[in-house]
Amino acid sequence: MTSKLSSSFDFFYSTARGLREKFDSREFTAVEATRASLERISALEPKINSFITITPDEALSAAEAADQRLQGVGQAPTPMTGIPVMVKDNFSTEGVETTAASNILKGYIPPYDGTAVTLLKDSGAVILGKGNMDEFAMGSSNETSAFGAVKNPWDIDRVPGGSSGGAAAAVAAGETFIAFGSDTGGSIRQPAALCGVVGMKPTYGLVSRFGLLAFGSSLDQIGPLTRSVADCADALNVISSHDHRDSTSVKAPFGDFGEKIDAGISGMKIGVPKEYLVEGIEPGVREAFEKSLQTLEDLGADISETSLPLTDHALAVYYIIAPSEASANLSRYDGVKYGLGSSGSKNSAIATEIARAEGFGAEVKRRIFIGTYALSAGYYDAYYKKAQQVRTLIRREFTDAFLKFDALVTPTSPGVAFKIGEKFDDPFQMYLNDICTIPVNIAGLPAISIPGGMSDGLPVGLQFIGPQFGDTTVIQAAAAYERATKWNKEHPRI
Amino acid sequence: MAMDPLTPEDVDHIAKLAYIKLSDEESENMRQELSDILGHFQALASVDTEGVDPTGHTTDSNTILRADEPQTPMEREDVLKNAPDRDGEFVRVPPVLE
Repeated sequence: MTSKLSSSFDFFYSTARGLREKFDSREFTAVEATRASLERISALEPKINSFITITPDEALSAAEAADQRLQGVGQAPTPMTGIPVMVKDNFSTEGVETTAASNILKGYIPPYDGTAVTLLKDSGAVILGKGNMDEFAMGSSNETSAFGAVKNPWDIDRVPGGSSGGAAAAVAAGETFIAFGSDTGGSIRQPAALCGVVGMKPTYGLVSRFGLLAFGSSLDQIGPLTRSVADCADALNVISSHDHRDSTSVKAPFGDFGEKIDAGISGMKIGVPKEYLVEGIEPGVREAFEKSLQTLEDLGADISETSLPLTDHALAVYYIIAPSEASANLSRYDGVKYGLGSSGSKNSAIATEIARAEGFGAEVKRRIFIGTYALSAGYYDAYYKKAQQVRTLIRREFTDAFLKFDALVTPTSPGVAFKIGEKFDDPFQMYLNDICTIPVNIAGLPAISIPGGMSDGLPVGLQFIGPQFGDTTVIQAAAAYERATKWNKEHPRI
Repeated sequence: MAMDPLTPEDVDHIAKLAYIKLSDEESENMRQELSDILGHFQALASVDTEGVDPTGHTTDSNTILRADEPQTPMEREDVLKNAPDRDGEFVRVPPVLE
C-alpha cells in the first residue's frame, strides 16, 4: 500500500480535502498517508532542504490516534484529522527542538507547545516536523537559515522566497499537505507566490502568537500554506481563537472562514492600487496580473483602479518598526537561560556579547543594529515615532479605500523566484521583494496569495487584500479565481 | 532631515547597546550597510504627521486583566533544563560585578 502511494503523483499533490475523502472512503489510512509522506521527505530533502527537524515517531503516533478518530472512536474528527502538516521552526513545540533557524537556539527544547500547535494537535493534524526558514524569520529568500538555504522545487538553483520558505517549498514539492508559517512583512505570502501555492496572513489578532518566537510583535501573524483555498479556510478555522495568553488576540466571532467560498464574486467591488504595479515589476508578472484582472472581470467583479499614495513609504515604515521590535524581542537571547553559553568569559556582559556575536547571523545582527539605532536616545522621534505616525496614516488610507471596495488585488511579489545568491549581498534590493506584502502587515489586514499565472516556467502570485476582519471576503474572492483558472493544478516535476 | 553616514563611533555605540561584539571588518561593513539603509528612510521626513497619533498595535486592544486566581506554574526542572550552565536549582553565569 505504502509503496503504491509513494509512486503516486496524484496522491502527493492532492489537497487536504481530497486526502480526507480517501480516508472516508477507506481507500487508505492516516498512518499510510503519513508513512508515504515521510518516505517522500526522505527522498526529496537532499534536494530541497525544507525541514530542519523531522519527527517520524511523533507523526506516526499522531496518525494512529487520527485513524481511531476517523473510525468513530473518541472525539469527532475535524477537517485536519490525519492530515500530514509541517510547522515552521519558530513555533514552540514541546519536546521537539525549536531553533528559528538560528545557531543561538541550537539544542533548545521548548517545555511547552505554542497555542497554534496545541490547536493543531487537538484537531488531529499529524505534525511531520519543523520547517526551515530565514533566521528568526528575517529574510525573503531563506538564505539566512543557519541550516542552509531551502531550494525552490520548481528550479533548485532558485530561492523559495522567505521567510517561510521551507513551508512553501514543502507544500509545493508534495512533502506535506499543509504547512503553517508566520508572516511579519510577507513571510507567508511571498514564498507561497514564488513556490506556486496558497498562503494566507489572517487579520492581526485572529491567531494567537503565544509560543511563536517573536520577531515584530505588532506585525507577526501565523497562517496556513496549502494547495487550495478551501484547505486554507479549513486550516484557518482550526488555528484561530481567542487566547488569554496573547493580549493582542481578538475576541472576534470565529465563524467558518470558508462560509462564502462558493458565493462567487459577481458584483464584488475590487480595487487595483496603482502604486503596487511598481517600477521594477517584471514584465512576466505584470502580464500575468493583467490576465488575472481580465479573469476577475469575466467572473463579474467590478474592477477599478485606485490610489494608495503612502504605499511608497511603507517599506521605510516597516524597516524601522520591525527591526525596532526585533531588537527588543531578541534581547532575551543572552546565552544564559538557553542557547549558547559563554562561561569562560571574565564577566557576564562579555559573555552575552560573545554569545550573541557567535549565535546570530549577519542579517539578524543587521536588523538588531537598525532597531537599536532607531530606538536610541536622540533618534527615537525621527525614526520609531515617525514610522508609527506614518503607520497611522497608512491604516487610514486603507480604511478609506475599503469604504469604496470590498477587496483590493495586487501582485504578491514584483518578481518570480530569483537565483540563489543573486540578491544576498544587497540588503536593500532584498527588502524590495516585500513591497507588495508589507503594507498589509502595517495595517493588520488579511491577505491571501494564490497561484496566479506562470512566467518562464515559474509561478506568479496573485494577492487579495481585505479590510480588517474581512478574512472571509479574501477567501471568497480567491476561491472564485481559483475555480476559474488552472494555476493551482500546476506542480513542479520533482 | 539630511543623513550623514554613520561614524565608526556610532557603530561601536550601537554594538554596546545591542550587546553584540563585532570584529573590525564586520563593524565597517555594518557602518556602510546601515548608512545606506538609513539613507533610504529619510524620505519619511517629507510626510506631514503633525498631530497624528502613533500606531503601536492595529487591534487597538486595551490592557487586558485576568481574574486573580492561582495557577500551577511550569515545573522548575522544565524551566531550567535548557540553561547551558547551571548549579542545582540555579542558572550559573560569569561574575556580574568584578
